Formats: sequence, structure tokens, C-alpha cells
Amino acid sequence: MNLEAQLPVLPIIVPLIAAPLTILMPSLRYGGRIPHLWATAVAFAAFAACAALLASVAAGGPISYHLGDWAPPIGIEYRIDLANALVLTLVSGIAALVMPFSYESIRSEIDARQLSLFYAAMLICMVGLLGVTITGDAFNVFVFLEISSLSTYALVALGGKEDRRALTAAFNYLVMGTIGATFFVIGLGLLYQATGTLNMADLKYHLANDNNRMVEAGFAFILVGMGLKAAMFPMHLWMPNAYAYAPSAVSAFIAATSTKVAVYVIIRFTYSVIGSDFGFAEAAFDYLLMPMAIAGMFFASIVAVFQDDLKRMLAYSSVGQIGYMLLGISFGTEQGLAASLVHLLNHGLMKGALFMAAACVMLRVGTHACGGYAGLARRMPLTAGAFIIAGLSLIGVPLTVGFISKWQLLSAAFDSGRAWAGFLIVASSLISILYIGRVVELMLLREPTEGFAAVREAPLSMLIPMWLLVAANVYFGVNTDLTVDLAERAAQALMGGGQ
Amino acid sequence: MISPGAAIIASLAVPLAGMVAIWLSDRSPNLREAMTLITGISLIALSIIVFLAVGEGARPGYILFTVVGGLPIAFQAEPLGAMFAVLAGVLWTVNSLYSIGYMRGHHEKHQTRFYMSFAVAISSAMGVAYAANLFTLFIFYEVLTLSTFPLVTHKGDDAARKGGRVYLGILMGTSIGLLLPAIVWVYSIAGTTDFTPGGILAAPLADAGALPMILMGLFAFGVAKAALIPVHPWLPNAMVAPTPVSAFLHAVAVVKAGVFSVLKIAVYIFGVDFLNVTGAATPFMWIAAASILLASAIAMQKDNLKARLAYSTVSQLSYVTLGAMLATSMGVMGGAMQIAAHAAGKMTLFMCAGAIYVATHKTQVSELRGLGRKMPFTFFAFFIGAMSIVGLPPLGGSWPKFLLMLGAADAGHLAIIGVLIVSSLLNVAYLLSIPVQAFYLEPAESGAKPQGSGAAAIDWRTIKEAPILCVVPPMITALFALLLFIFADPLYAYLTPIVETQ
Repeated sequence: MNLEAQLPVLPIIVPLIAAPLTILMPSLRYGGRIPHLWATAVAFAAFAACAALLASVAAGGPISYHLGDWAPPIGIEYRIDLANALVLTLVSGIAALVMPFSYESIRSEIDARQLSLFYAAMLICMVGLLGVTITGDAFNVFVFLEISSLSTYALVALGGKEDRRALTAAFNYLVMGTIGATFFVIGLGLLYQATGTLNMADLKYHLANDNNRMVEAGFAFILVGMGLKAAMFPMHLWMPNAYAYAPSAVSAFIAATSTKVAVYVIIRFTYSVIGSDFGFAEAAFDYLLMPMAIAGMFFASIVAVFQDDLKRMLAYSSVGQIGYMLLGISFGTEQGLAASLVHLLNHGLMKGALFMAAACVMLRVGTHACGGYAGLARRMPLTAGAFIIAGLSLIGVPLTVGFISKWQLLSAAFDSGRAWAGFLIVASSLISILYIGRVVELMLLREPTEGFAAVREAPLSMLIPMWLLVAANVYFGVNTDLTVDLAERAAQALMGGGQ
Repeated sequence: MISPGAAIIASLAVPLAGMVAIWLSDRSPNLREAMTLITGISLIALSIIVFLAVGEGARPGYILFTVVGGLPIAFQAEPLGAMFAVLAGVLWTVNSLYSIGYMRGHHEKHQTRFYMSFAVAISSAMGVAYAANLFTLFIFYEVLTLSTFPLVTHKGDDAARKGGRVYLGILMGTSIGLLLPAIVWVYSIAGTTDFTPGGILAAPLADAGALPMILMGLFAFGVAKAALIPVHPWLPNAMVAPTPVSAFLHAVAVVKAGVFSVLKIAVYIFGVDFLNVTGAATPFMWIAAASILLASAIAMQKDNLKARLAYSTVSQLSYVTLGAMLATSMGVMGGAMQIAAHAAGKMTLFMCAGAIYVATHKTQVSELRGLGRKMPFTFFAFFIGAMSIVGLPPLGGSWPKFLLMLGAADAGHLAIIGVLIVSSLLNVAYLLSIPVQAFYLEPAESGAKPQGSGAAAIDWRTIKEAPILCVVPPMITALFALLLFIFADPLYAYLTPIVETQ
């Protein structure tokens, strides 16, 4: 047994074992450094494994790994192709940046005795998200989804020390998230009933010529359940409060990863389980995904303009951005799917950076209300600069990833003969100029509010990860070999009948 | 001497290096300003290298890298871009001299940030000038918008905030909302966005009905820097900026980048013949004509000197748009010449306005009566600039008007000739009246009705001019306006290749 053959299981098994061990570590001694460093090291290990997987998949094609050497469809299969290798890299990469980032921020926001529990929950959350992404077994998706969701509820609730509203937010999220998970598992049950198998590839094989009501209902349940997890409009209501009141570092992590993973699951089930030739999927695209995507793009963005709380504003913006991804999927073309995948990655980069900036402000200024950002450019120039660049990326200014996303989406819209969709996309990004511009103007052109005048720049341990993410926003906005090229190949593979 | 291709890249890189140098020499204003001037002079040299190479028929280019499949950030110089680059390089350097005089004479704050933003702006203007495809053009167009935002909001007060909001809102809104989809649409139709002589849309859009017109509309309003009414309000709002910003950016770099883009899109994306055959540009020709007259009419109403100049700019920019939309070679040539002529003329006027402000803190036209006797050099330069804008020989502004009239006649739109004549008359009324009143009327301080001055000659002992660095630069640009009249023929010959379809 060599390590390379076991590579596909490492991103799961290492953090899964490491997480419970974290709980045993002392929270109070050495300022909680031990669980922090441990979690950071584990996240880096997971990232290294995922990056290695991506490299290997990009070069050598999909990898199939049989857990415990039980051959699918009986045993559980991890199946890694370009689409999920990209998402794996995103999730673990963001985790590897958020873990070192979180230390200063989280110590000021939660009870010091909970530090080791916090890092354990973060690792479990990461492992859940990675597991959802990596697995080739439909039921395994559900299991990992619940692992990540349960830990996220706990993480959101940790914000309760700073603001009691975190508790109701977490409870809301728990109720909604459970409904979503239930829908998903009902859908799985129906598919299992129709086929007698839970392996994705096997499901696809059996469903190929089996277009009946039960399968349609199963797909509908899965779509709605995952739509809820992805905060698809109008099922996004759990999200603004959860993002706003969770500890800042948690917001940064889940905003950049969890909804993206849910969108990935929608893509995976649509193309690798149901199959694009399934007539019902097309109806779902045209009558559910597309109208909801467009409604979300406008409704959520407009709501974002009127938020006084920056984190809520960013959360609503995320709902709108999820709309772009769903719109790209709903075109039903290879280009649309590729654009959606690209935006999925890019949005993770920009929202991660924006929420990190919010965390820095929370640490130094002590608020995430927009008013706290007045005059920030002079007091915390590096944080303000990071926010501005990531904000421009969100708007879609050239030389940032946001522009690449917009370009791909627009191209997909025009090439599929939907010029009107192209104009809706740009119209909704005009709204993002409003809500980002509002904060940027506060930072650049307003005097700081009384009492906030003496704040310092955020510590290096936060600035470095944040700026790395900002640099990624610019780098992948200029060099798209990794994102666009791989996403196009991934989309091609997905559309071309599974692999 | 470096190769023209390398000179293109260097003209983008040098200002950026200059920006860093300016930043590093923050502590010593003299060193900092020296950095700006060194950058300016290198930039002129670089743009002249490219200009000469293009004149010999070469089309030097440089491909930086490919961003998304088939979309390189690439540069290629052609006559129009080379002219714009030289114009921007030379006028930026003149303006830098002027900025030194103005900013110091006026004790402005944050001067380092000011010069740094200027350096980024000129770099992106060069990017616009040399862009080889719409994609590259769009990138630098946006960088130009963002880099000028700190300049517009330089004062940081309420007026600056409001002006900045409109400035960014309209420029970003139109560019993302209209220009970007138009570019992607072109890419989707033609499979390329390269600027190609004869255009790239003629073949794929041969029988596309109203589509060429829709696209033209997206471009005409999407390039809001060309300030076609009704997307012009950013320009008057940008007047909250210090005057050197208005002089260079809002008479040369930003607005000329706009009309330059419109011209380039008309010539190299649509193709003049294609526009002519389909009539896709005709509605926008009328909108440009309406813009010319409306903006002039508004300018008449403005008592604030800079606001009046701003609306005059809106009007004059539409000449270029009009030239592009006439869809004749003469129209395009007229538009191209207008870019140079208006830049020299309007920059002179703005710099004079700034000089007046530094010397007397007067901003209203009605306060300028009789001031010509105190500031004869400034007002003489203003007079020359105004003459050029009106289009009177022997100044550069006369040729474009002449060519535009020829173009309108070629296109069979005689009403346009009428528009041009009326506009020139309006210009006489609201621009030439200013120096005339300054020289021939008594100061209006007493509140009495304007009286003709009794004095026959200027009393040289009571002269109270602005600092020398505020007075000499407008004289230089006024001289450029004169030279543009005399050397119009070589410039015309230089620009001719843009209307020759291969």
C-alpha cells in the first residue's frame, strides 16, 4: 500500500481523525495556540492532498477510489473528476487560509474555553464539505452534508457571546437546514426505490431510459433540498442572519464554501445522476432554476443595498451571486455550465476576502455595522484596500476574477441566443456597484465616527491570509489557466455523459 | 533606440514606475515633481518613437498575455492611436508643469496621492490608445475611470462626494451595463474583438436587421466617456476636481479616450462602409447633433466658468461622435482631427480658468469683466483657445469643422451642416464673449451696468498674473492650437490610412 494510491481518501480521513483529537487539546494554556496550530496544520495537509488530487486528475483523468476495497456499487466509491477536484481545492484552500486567519479574530469573539471545540467544529465542517464533494455515492453525500451542517449550526451559535441573536439565527438555520436535508434524503429514497442503487454512476446507468414520475419527483426533492442549502432564492431566509451573527472567521469560511458545495451538488446530480438528456431536467431549468436565479439576482441585490449591517449586506449579495451560478446552469449549455463553475470558484475567492475584511474591522473597530467603516481607509488602509479590491472583483471590474466570471456568463448567454439574459446579468451587477460603492465611499470619503478614531491596522496573522486571497482575486483574474480552462474541461466531461 | 513594439509596453510601464517613484519621494516635493516631469518627458519620447514608426507604415504591436481563450491583452499602434498617444503624452507633461504651479499656488493637500493617481491615469490612457482589441480597450477604459476617481474627489468634502458618486455611477454603470455586453456580443457574433481595418461585423451581420443598430446604440451610450447626451452628467459633476484635473482629464485624457473609442469602434469594428450601407449609425448621428446644440444651449446659461467649459466640452465631444456616425471617410477624418484640435483648445481654456482662480479666486464668468487688463497673458491664451474651439482660422479648430461639413455633405445630411453653423455661433456667444468682456469692460465690482472701459491701453504696472507655472502652460497649448492649423496637412496625410479599407 503506497500513499499515492490512498491519496483520494486523505483529505477526508486526516481531518476526520484530527477533529476529535482537537477537543482533547487545552483551550486556555498558551492562549489556545495548540488547537489553533493543529487545525491549521490539518487544513494545510488537506489542501496539499486536494491540490495533488487536482493535479493528478488534470493530467490523468478521473480517479475512482474504493473505500475499504469494496467495489462499487456495493461499496462506497470516491470519484474525483475535474469538477469536484476544483471544488475540493477551493474548500480546502479557503480552510487553509481561514484557520491561521481565525486566531486573533475568534479569541476576541468567543469564550476562550471553547477554542478547542471551535477548531474541532471547523475541521468537522471542512471534512463534511470535502466529503460531499469527493464522494461518488449519493447517500454518502447526505451523510457528509449533515456532518457539515450540524457543525455549522454549532459554529454559528458560537457567535452568541458577541450577539445573542446568533442563537436564534443558528436555530433558524437548523430548522431550515434540516428541512433541506430531509427533502434531499426523500429524493434519494425515491431514486433508490426506482433503481435499487445509490452509487452515482450506477444510478445514472439505471436511470438512462427510466423517465417516470417517481424519478421526476425524486429529482424535484433533491433540487429543492439542495436549493435550500445553496440559499437559492426564495429559500435563502436562513442565510443573512446566520452569516451576520456567526463569528467573523466562521462567516468567512462558510460564505466562501458551503453554498458553493451545495451548488456543486446540484450540478453533480443534474449531470452525473439524472443526466442532461432527461427531459424533466430541462423543464426544471426553464421553469424553476432560471426564474428563481433571476429573481434572486435582483431581489437579493436590491435588499443588499438597504442593509445597515455589512455582513448581512454581503450575505444578501451572496444570494444574488448564487443566482448567477444557477442562471449559468439553467442555460443548459456546456458554456453556461463552465461559466457557472468558474463563478463558483471565483465567488468563493471574492466573498472570502470580503468577509475576512469584515472580520478585521470587527476585531479592531468592534462592529459590523456599516457606520463603523467610516474613514476606514485612513485608519486601516490595508484592510480597506483589501475590501476595495475584493469589492471591485464582486462588481466585475477587469483584472479581477469577477470580470472573468461576468465575461464567461455573458458569453454563455449570448452564445446560447439569450441576449436578454446577458443584459439582466449586467443590470444586476449594476446593483452591486451601489452596495459596494456605498461602503467604499464611507471608507474613503467620510471622517471616522467619534471614538473609533484611534483604531490600529489588523494584525499580520490576519492581513497575510486576507491579502493572499485578494492576490488570488487578481491572479486568477489575469491568468485563467487554472480556473477557466479546467472548468471548461470539467463542464465538457459533465455534459459528455458522466465522464 | 528601442523598438516601437517595446516602446508601446514601455509607455504603459514608465508612468507606473513613475508612480512608484512619486510615492517614494513623498517627503521631498521638488524631487517628487521632478519624477513626474521625467516620466512625462520619457513618455513623450516613447510615444514619438511609436508615432514615427506608424507614419512609415508599420503597425508595431505587443501581446502581453492571453486572459481567457482567444482574448489576449494586446496592443497595436495605428495612426489614430499613435496620434492620441502623442497628444496625451505631450499634454500630460504640459499639464504636469501647470499642476505644480496650481497645486502649490493653491496649497492643496494630498499632493502625492494626486500625482500618483495622475500617473496611473496616463498609463491607462496609453493602454486605451494602443489597445489592439475591444477587450484590452475595455480593461484600460475601466482602469482610467477608477484611477481618476481619487482625483475627482480630491477635496473630500460634500460636493466632492456627490460629484464622485455621479462620476463613478455613470461611468461604471454605462460601461458595465452597456459597453461590456456589447463587447461580449460582438465577440459572440464575430469570434474576435480585434480592431481590423474594414471592421469585423460586416460579414457575420450581413442580414441581421436591427442588430447592428442595437449594437451601435450600446456602444454609443456605453462609452459614456464620450459624453453623448443623456449620459453626460458625469462630466459637469467632475468639475469639483482641482482645475489641472479638469484641464487634462476632462478636456484630454478621459473624454478623448471616450470619443477615441467611439471612433475606433465605428472604423475598426463596424467599418465605415458597413455603417454606411446599413444606416446603423444614423439615429446616433442625430442624437450627437442634438447633443451639440443642447449642450451649447446649457453652456450659455452657466455663469460658473468651469461649468460652462464642461458643457462646451460635452458639445465639442459630440462633434467627434457625429463624425463617426456620419459614416463617411470625411466625417471620420473630421472626428479624428477634432480630437487633437479640441484637446489643445479646451485644455488652454481650462488652464486659464485655473490660473484666474489661483490669482483671484474668481469662478463666475460675470466676475471676470475687466480682469483682462490685470491678467493679459492669461486672457490672451483664453482668447486663442476660444477662437480655436469656435473654429476660426488660423487655429486648429477650423479644420475639423470644415471636414465634418464635407462629411455631412457626402452623407447627404445637409441639416447637419446647419447644426454645425449654429453651434459655432453659439460658441462665439458663450466663449468669445468672455475674453472680450475681460478686455473691454470695466470691472463689475460696483454693481453698475457693464460699461465700456475708457482706458485705451493696458496699464502694465497693475498687472497681477497667476504664478508663472500657471500662465506659461496655457500659452504653450495655445501655440499648439495654432500649429495644428498650420500643420493640418501632414496630420491629415498621417491619419488617412484609417479610412482606407484594405
